[in-house]
Amino acid sequence: MFGQSREVQQTLKFMSLEIRNLHARIASNGTEILKGLDLIVEKGKVHAIMGPNGSGKSTLSKVIGGHPDYEITEGEILLDGTSVIGMEPDVRSRAGLFLAMQYPMEIPGVSNANFIRAALQARLPEGEELEATDYYANLYSKMDGLEMDRKFTARSVNEGFSGGEKKRNEILQMLMLAPKYCILDETDSGLDIDALRIVAGGVNSYRSPKVGMLVITHYQRLLDYIVPDIVHVLVNGRIVRHGGKELALELEERGYDFIREETAA
Amino acid sequence: MSTELLDAPATQLDIDRSRGDFVYPESHEFDAGTGLSHDTIDYIATVKNEPEWIREFRHKALDTFLAKPMPTHWASHDLENIVFQNIRYYLANAKRPTRSWEDVPDDVKKTFERLGIPEQERKFLAGVEAQFDSEAVYSNIKAAVADQGVIFTGSTEGLIKHPELFKKWFGKVIPTGDNKFSALNSAVFSGGSFIYIPPGVKVKHPLQAYFRINAENFGQFERTLIIADEGSEVMYMEGCTAPKFETATLHSAVVELVAMKGAKIQYVTVQNWSNNVFNLVTKRAIAHEEAEVKWIDCNIGSRLTMKYPGVVLKGRKARGEVISIALAGDGQHQDTGAKMIHAADETTSNIVSKSISLGSGRSTYRGLVHIPKHLKGCKNNTECDALLINPTSRTDTYPAITVRGTGNSSQHEASVSQISQEQIFYMMSRGLTEAQAMSLSVNGFVNDLVRQFPMEYSVELKRLIDMEMEGSVG
Repeated sequence: MFGQSREVQQTLKFMSLEIRNLHARIASNGTEILKGLDLIVEKGKVHAIMGPNGSGKSTLSKVIGGHPDYEITEGEILLDGTSVIGMEPDVRSRAGLFLAMQYPMEIPGVSNANFIRAALQARLPEGEELEATDYYANLYSKMDGLEMDRKFTARSVNEGFSGGEKKRNEILQMLMLAPKYCILDETDSGLDIDALRIVAGGVNSYRSPKVGMLVITHYQRLLDYIVPDIVHVLVNGRIVRHGGKELALELEERGYDFIREETAA
Repeated sequence: MSTELLDAPATQLDIDRSRGDFVYPESHEFDAGTGLSHDTIDYIATVKNEPEWIREFRHKALDTFLAKPMPTHWASHDLENIVFQNIRYYLANAKRPTRSWEDVPDDVKKTFERLGIPEQERKFLAGVEAQFDSEAVYSNIKAAVADQGVIFTGSTEGLIKHPELFKKWFGKVIPTGDNKFSALNSAVFSGGSFIYIPPGVKVKHPLQAYFRINAENFGQFERTLIIADEGSEVMYMEGCTAPKFETATLHSAVVELVAMKGAKIQYVTVQNWSNNVFNLVTKRAIAHEEAEVKWIDCNIGSRLTMKYPGVVLKGRKARGEVISIALAGDGQHQDTGAKMIHAADETTSNIVSKSISLGSGRSTYRGLVHIPKHLKGCKNNTECDALLINPTSRTDTYPAITVRGTGNSSQHEASVSQISQEQIFYMMSRGLTEAQAMSLSVNGFVNDLVRQFPMEYSVELKRLIDMEMEGSVG
């Protein structure tokens, strides 16, 4: 891919989230959604996946996360060289994968602070306790960065949150859990321009040579704020085109149809 | 209405209850043997050295018990599996309750340790009436509480040493013939607490009792009577845990509370019976003018629990409340609820019930609220919420609310919910195991009620729920 030598590819394997010839279907009815998808998200890079509705964008994020609704029939998902296929979603998460969801779930009665704390606690070795003062100091500073009111610590996870608040809360969790690979699924949906700026600011603050990101979006707008290194176009369960950030602009201008036509041709 | 969910997560939860179960060897100095007859009654009354009126009371109660049919026309037919002749009705370690912690036998101490009652907590207990088998083994009242004139003893000591007080209220809130199991308890009761709070005395520390069954085929029939005199306040806490046995065990308590004018009683129960126990308990209070009675009740475990704490709101402006949490594990049936009998003007009652059913567990809410026509300004609020974990889990709600007259009101809300697969995936994608995710959501569901429990109980409760969920998924 991109003319890398075999040696470079070997090294990359241990510093990347690699998806190889991935085929996945809906478990309940056998409908195939991903049809041989290839993608390498290296540490330090931000990849964007764009695609029309129904192309398989959200399915891709769920399959990487280990959602039980989908079955992998062929291919590999390698996290720093280790296959995650067959791993439970929580094992993948603790291994350094994070999924910012398009529709974050509400968990009544469980406070945001306790939830994030439990998630962090789950990463500690048996018998080790999370230091409460450090935890809250860290939580508050991350919340300040996302311009989240302190009252969100005591509120039940996502319950009664506006669309924008939910997305901010996803990014808060990402920053707190400090994953190696982040998959942001339609993080821009439901955001007004101010919220988009804040959320993108949070994501950008986390960009580093140690983190790989995969930004899934339908619209180019998000990519004005989170500028990707590489843009992929997903159509009908396959990556059909790669390019720089200008590809996103082209898509915005011409729509997805020209790619569909090209692919069909 | 009966609700069975089809859309719950497909994973089966199997409860491994063995982790909370344990047995220490025991010997009993007094043993009434198995079976129930007038001879059994005489044995108990003789061993306990009881006055003649109690012996008569017991014999009459036995006749009532034998004459009454099982309540299976409305309740679970599982009751018919109780073989009364296979049950031991009286066992005791020693003749008298010991007075100080030093006197408590080592193996009993060991059991308390195993029950997880923290060392320093014991010290802070205002008075402990721990029931170990049928007889109080350890009973202690802090000097400060006794100085205020508070009586906190076992029921036997209460009826012998304080006959006037005891006789005045014993069996008056819950008459022998109230139901078959109150009659059984009246016939064979032993252990339980007798508490009297003098007028105006506000007991600062909660009075605690730990109950425990530790003998096979043995029914526990404690009898508790609490009288809070005018303007007094008391909180009583009981917690139960029992080891696991092959054959069914019967627990049938009677608890009577009397709150005189302006008195306040809070009665807190956290129960965690092993899954072969029939837990059939009658709890009722009388609240006089401006008195407040609050039952806070948590039922975990048992094979079948039937318990409907009630308050008879007898005086003007009396207030009754039942806050209850029930967790029905695989093969268990929690049949719980509340009764509020309004019998004076401007009385108010509040019922909040939350139940969780997992595996093939079933939880039933039964509520009775009665506000007659001639009363004015009475209010009731009833909320019952059920959470179903598995497709095989079940919940039923039977609210019977009768509100007559023009100046009275009642509001009732009920809900049935489930933890969705999407919620579990969401939590797992943050690194929590499936069991942790379940546990967190179940704790979240009951969180607002758990907060009403005293601090140490809310911690214990969270631990109990975690234990139920631990290793229960997959």
